[in-house]
Amino acid sequence: MLVLVVDSSTPAVTAALVEVADHGVAVRAERQAVDAKAHGELLAPAVVEVLGEAGVQPRDLDAVVAGVGPGPFTGLRVGLVTAASMGQTLGIPTYGVCSLDALAQGDDAGQGDNAGQGDNAGRKGRVLAATDARRKEIYWAVYDGGVPVTEPDVDLPAAVAERIAGLGVTAAVGEGAHKYADVLGLPVRDEPRYPPAVALAELAAQRVLAKGPGERLTPLYLRRPDAVAAAGRKPVLR
Amino acid sequence: MTEPLVLGIETSCDETGVGVVRGHTLLADALASSVDEHARFGGVVPEVASRAHLEAIVPTMERALKEAGVTLADVDAIAVTAGPGLAGALLVGVAAAKGYALAAEKPIYGVNHLAAHVAVDTLEHGPLPEPAIALLVSGGHSSLLEVDDLATGVTPLGATIDDAAGEAFDKVARLLGMPFPGGPPIDRAAREGDPGAIPFPRGLTAPKDLAAHRFDFSFSGLKTAVARWVEARERLGEPVPVADVAASFQEAVCDVLVTKAVDACRDRGIETLVIGGGVAANSRLRALAEERCARRGITVRAPRPKLCTDNGAMVAALGAHLVARGVAPSRLDLPADSAMPLTIVSV
Ligand SMILES: [Zn+2]
Repeated sequence: MLVLVVDSSTPAVTAALVEVADHGVAVRAERQAVDAKAHGELLAPAVVEVLGEAGVQPRDLDAVVAGVGPGPFTGLRVGLVTAASMGQTLGIPTYGVCSLDALAQGDDAGQGDNAGQGDNAGRKGRVLAATDARRKEIYWAVYDGGVPVTEPDVDLPAAVAERIAGLGVTAAVGEGAHKYADVLGLPVRDEPRYPPAVALAELAAQRVLAKGPGERLTPLYLRRPDAVAAAGRKPVLR
Repeated sequence: MTEPLVLGIETSCDETGVGVVRGHTLLADALASSVDEHARFGGVVPEVASRAHLEAIVPTMERALKEAGVTLADVDAIAVTAGPGLAGALLVGVAAAKGYALAAEKPIYGVNHLAAHVAVDTLEHGPLPEPAIALLVSGGHSSLLEVDDLATGVTPLGATIDDAAGEAFDKVARLLGMPFPGGPPIDRAAREGDPGAIPFPRGLTAPKDLAAHRFDFSFSGLKTAVARWVEARERLGEPVPVADVAASFQEAVCDVLVTKAVDACRDRGIETLVIGGGVAANSRLRALAEERCARRGITVRAPRPKLCTDNGAMVAALGAHLVARGVAPSRLDLPADSAMPLTIVSV
């Protein structure tokens, strides 16, 4: 099954063409660029590039998998609306994956063949996955062998440190963990910094293979909108 | 070649619009509005609008295609508002358009929202005589432009230096206890009132202002004058004659808009005036423009009110014009530009 994977829940914007089979997920082509301000510009060309590199036409796709966040509002929507519009056009299902799950998946759930990568901090204990939520906060959740043991949430790093005390967390992963490593007081794994396409695909693989009905891609905002009406738009002529 | 079949996507403010046109023929105009969600804030909340666009875009697209009886495989191009507008709101539409375009393998046109407000009139009245003067008035913009060539060249003549005309309607409506958006309730109330009852100021019409701002507008002083007048009545414990205030305020706005639009036509020797934007749905503005232009041999073109407010059909109409004129499509990395200048029709 040929699957397009997209994620724009972090400063990284990711597109990948993967093949999902019973025996696992193989990445055929992948692009990841880190630029929090240019998701809207970067994602569509990246999709075209990975399709081209894999020699796949859009109409050959069987499904689209998208990271649904949590993530800062504007960038997150780019990936979701791209996945939704492509799924609608091609008449193929879309599946959502929590982006933090993908971050924590990494080699926790893997077969250990990547164990040489990065440092080996706390491979056996629970892991905190964290991404940058801006406004000095992080999106976070705790995992045990890739399985979530807390709901995704958004907090100040100091509050997270308090909330996870006693949960047996021995390591942290993700860009949010790197940024606030000192406050969190946990060894941080070098990689992955951002949700990996292969992990997103693996987390959706069962649904893809079962050809289950597509899902509406609902973003995990975790924050209410700032309810301040727009100031008058500036005159555009001067 | 048959006329181009173009789909247009609009998300610059609080309306999610998808329209389909063939040349100058409107085939579908599907709309989802988040206006009710903004009402209690008295103005559009950008993040609320962006969230609503994401939810609405797929079902709105589905309705538009069904209404038009076409599929994405049939269209010649996809056009999308690239700016100006609310940044986060624009981005949803632009990213969606890219997804549709690349999945259906169609060219994409990122277009200017204001030029689309002009182009939509071609769906009602056919090809636009060029050059024309356009008066675009809404909650987000108040502009006078010269349209030499709708595909490539629009020249700004003037714009508001403070509030947009539609904003003044919203604020005065709020003052009078009317709901948001303020245009329709003021229009209704004004029908029962005397437009000459209260001499509200006409911004930037004094000789000294005209020197520097001949084709510019200002509605902030008018808004303040209405507020002062109403407060003074309330302080005296007298009832506020809502219909008269609404009619006099509306007359002041329409008088300035039409006076300057007619002046622009005469100054440039142009005989066609196009009116667009949400405020162009105002019945007094349309009547006054008709009346004053008729006297001077100027033809007024204003599409039906539903096409004046933001919608996808206007974007499709401009897209169809660009395709017909052989304008090159945009690149897939086209940005959403919240401050897109008027001089750029498509990116
Ligand atoms: Zn508009």
